[in-house]
Amino acid sequence: MSDESTDRDGSGIGDAATPVAEAPVSAEVDPTGTPGRMRKAFGALVRFRRRMKRYPWLPLLIVVGLLIVPAVFADFLTPHDPLRGILGDRLKPPMWLDGGTSEYPLGTDKLGRDMLTRLMYGARISLVVGSITVFVGTVIGGTLGMLAGYLGGVVDKVVTWLIDTFLSLPVVLLALVIVAAIGPSFITIISIISLTIWAIFARVVRGETLSIREKDYVARAKVAGVGSFRILSRYILPNLANTLIVLATLQVGVVILGEASLSFIGAGIPRPNPSWGVMVADGRDNVLTQWWLTVFPGMAILLVVMSLNLMGDWLRDFLDPKLRQQA
Amino acid sequence: MAVSAVRAIFTLLAVSAIVFSLARITGDPIDVLAPVTMSREDEQALRVKWGLDKSLPQQYASFIGNAVQGDFGDSFIFPTETATGVIVDRLPATLQLGFVSVLLVLVVGVPLGVLSAVKRGSGTDRVARGIALFGQSVPDFWLGIMLIWIFAAKLRWFPTSGNFGWKSFVLPSIVVSIFGIAAVLRLFRSSMLETLDSEYVKLARLKGLSRAKVIWKHALKAASIAPLTFFGTLSIRILTGATVAEIVFAWPGVGLLAFQAANARDFPVVQALALFTSVVIVLMNLLVDVLYAYLDPRVRLGEKAVG
Repeated sequence: MSDESTDRDGSGIGDAATPVAEAPVSAEVDPTGTPGRMRKAFGALVRFRRRMKRYPWLPLLIVVGLLIVPAVFADFLTPHDPLRGILGDRLKPPMWLDGGTSEYPLGTDKLGRDMLTRLMYGARISLVVGSITVFVGTVIGGTLGMLAGYLGGVVDKVVTWLIDTFLSLPVVLLALVIVAAIGPSFITIISIISLTIWAIFARVVRGETLSIREKDYVARAKVAGVGSFRILSRYILPNLANTLIVLATLQVGVVILGEASLSFIGAGIPRPNPSWGVMVADGRDNVLTQWWLTVFPGMAILLVVMSLNLMGDWLRDFLDPKLRQQA
Repeated sequence: MAVSAVRAIFTLLAVSAIVFSLARITGDPIDVLAPVTMSREDEQALRVKWGLDKSLPQQYASFIGNAVQGDFGDSFIFPTETATGVIVDRLPATLQLGFVSVLLVLVVGVPLGVLSAVKRGSGTDRVARGIALFGQSVPDFWLGIMLIWIFAAKLRWFPTSGNFGWKSFVLPSIVVSIFGIAAVLRLFRSSMLETLDSEYVKLARLKGLSRAKVIWKHALKAASIAPLTFFGTLSIRILTGATVAEIVFAWPGVGLLAFQAANARDFPVVQALALFTSVVIVLMNLLVDVLYAYLDPRVRLGEKAVG
C-alpha cells in the first residue's frame, strides 16, 4: 500500500548505496587472494538476495502466470474451445471433487465449456482491454498533461476543465446508455474506459510537469535557446517516465476491475466471449450448487488486480517516492 | 465559487451532449426513443413533440428544454409511467443504501486509517493495510455474490436480496462501501502520518494535552482536509458501487432500474438516469469545494488545490 514505503523506503535508499560503499572495503582486506574474491562474491549474493527479498516476486509470478502467459499462449495451452462446449459434459465439478475428470481440471459451465480454457481466454480479454486503454490513456493524457503543465495559460485552463469534466462522468450509467442505444461491443468498452483513464494520466502528468518546469536545467535550456518541443521531449518527458510506469501498472489493475464490472452488468464484453466478469455473471445463479462457476473467475480478478496493485506500490517506492502522496 | 459553478454547468452540458448524440448516432432516434410496439401515428406524434423533424441544434435545444423540466419521455418497461416518475419511485431505496454506506466508510475507514498511522508498523497497521489492499482489488460484484453464498445462503444470518428491515442493509452496504473504506483508510493514514509529525501536534502534547485528545481532536481535524478533495471521486464510486450492489442484491433502487432499463433497451429511462447521476455528482463536487474552503481558509477559491 502507499505507505509500506515509509518503513521500507529508508532501507531501500541505503540498499542502493551499499554496493558502492562495500566494494572497496572488501577489496582492501584482500585485494588478490581467493578468500577475498569469494567473500566479495558472497557479499554480492547476500546483497542480491536482500534486494530480491524486497521485490514482490509472488505478485509478479501471479501476473505472469495468471494473466500474461494464458493470454498469449491460450491457443497452445488448452485443447478445448472457449466458446463451444460439449452439452453432455455440462456442469462437471473440478477434478478433485466427486464426478470431476482430469479433462476439465476446473470443471465445466452450463454449456459444457471448460472453465480453465475460458479463464485463459478471459485473461486475454483482460490483458488486451487493459493494455489498449492504458496505452491510449498514456498517450493522450500524457500529451495533454505535459502541454497543460508546460504551456500554462489558456491551454492549462482548457485541459484542467476537460480533466474535471471527464473525471465526473458517470461511466457506468454512460456504458448502460450506450448498451441501450447500440448494444455492447469491444470497441464500446475500450472507448468508454479510455474516456476516463486519459484524464487520470493527464492530471498526474500535468502536476509533475508543473514541478519539473521550475527546475534549473529547464530554465537554463530555455536561456540557451532550446526550442519548446525539444525541452518537452528531451528534458521533461524522460523525467516523467518513472511516474508513467508506476501509474500505468496501477491503472492496468483498475481497468481490469472496471472491465469486469461493466461486463458483469452486461455493459462490457458481449457474450459468449469469456470475460471474467461475464463468467461471474453467468455462474451467479448457480453459486449454491456449482460454486466453481463464480469462485474461479472472481479469484482470478482478485489475485491479478491485487498483484498489480502491489507491484505498482513497489515500483512507486523504488522509482518515484514523490508519487506516494497521491492515493 | 463562481468558477466551480460554471464548471459544473459545463460538465452537465457535456454529459447531455453525449447522451443526446448517442440517441442519434444509430440513425433515427425514434428507434431508440420509442418502444417497438408503437404505432406509426404515435411515432409521428412523438417525433413532433421531441422536435425530431427539426435541425440538430434545434433538437438539442428542445432536448435540454425538456430535460430541465424533467421530461425525458415515457418509460417502455413501465408503460403507464414517465421516465422521471419511475426514477423518483426508486430513489429512496438508493439514498438509504448510499447513506448507510457513506456512514460505514466514515465509521470504519477513518478510525482504521488513524489507528494505522498512530500504531505504524504494528499488527493493527498490518491488518488495516491488508483491508485497504483487499478493498482496492476485490471485484465488488463478486464480493457480493460470495457474501450471499456464505452469510445468506449457508449461515442464514441475512436475507439474500431485497429490502426488508435493517438486516437487509448489512451485506449490500459492505459491497458498496468496501472500495471507499480502502481509499479513505489509505488517505487518512498518509495524511495523519504527516500531521502527527508536525510542530503544533508536538506542541499540543508538550502543553500537557492527553494523547487521545491530541490525536482524535487536533491532529484528526487537520488531517481531514487533504482527504476531503477525494470525496467527490468517492461519491462517484459509491454511486457506481450502488449500481453493482443493487443488481447483485436485487435492491429496488435506481441502480437496479438502470440495469433493467438498459437490458430492456428502455432508452428514455437510462438517458434520464445518466443525466440525473451527473447532476448528483456535480452537486457533490460543488459541496466539496465549499466545504474545502470552509475548513481550510488558506484555500482561495478559484485556485485549484495541488495534487
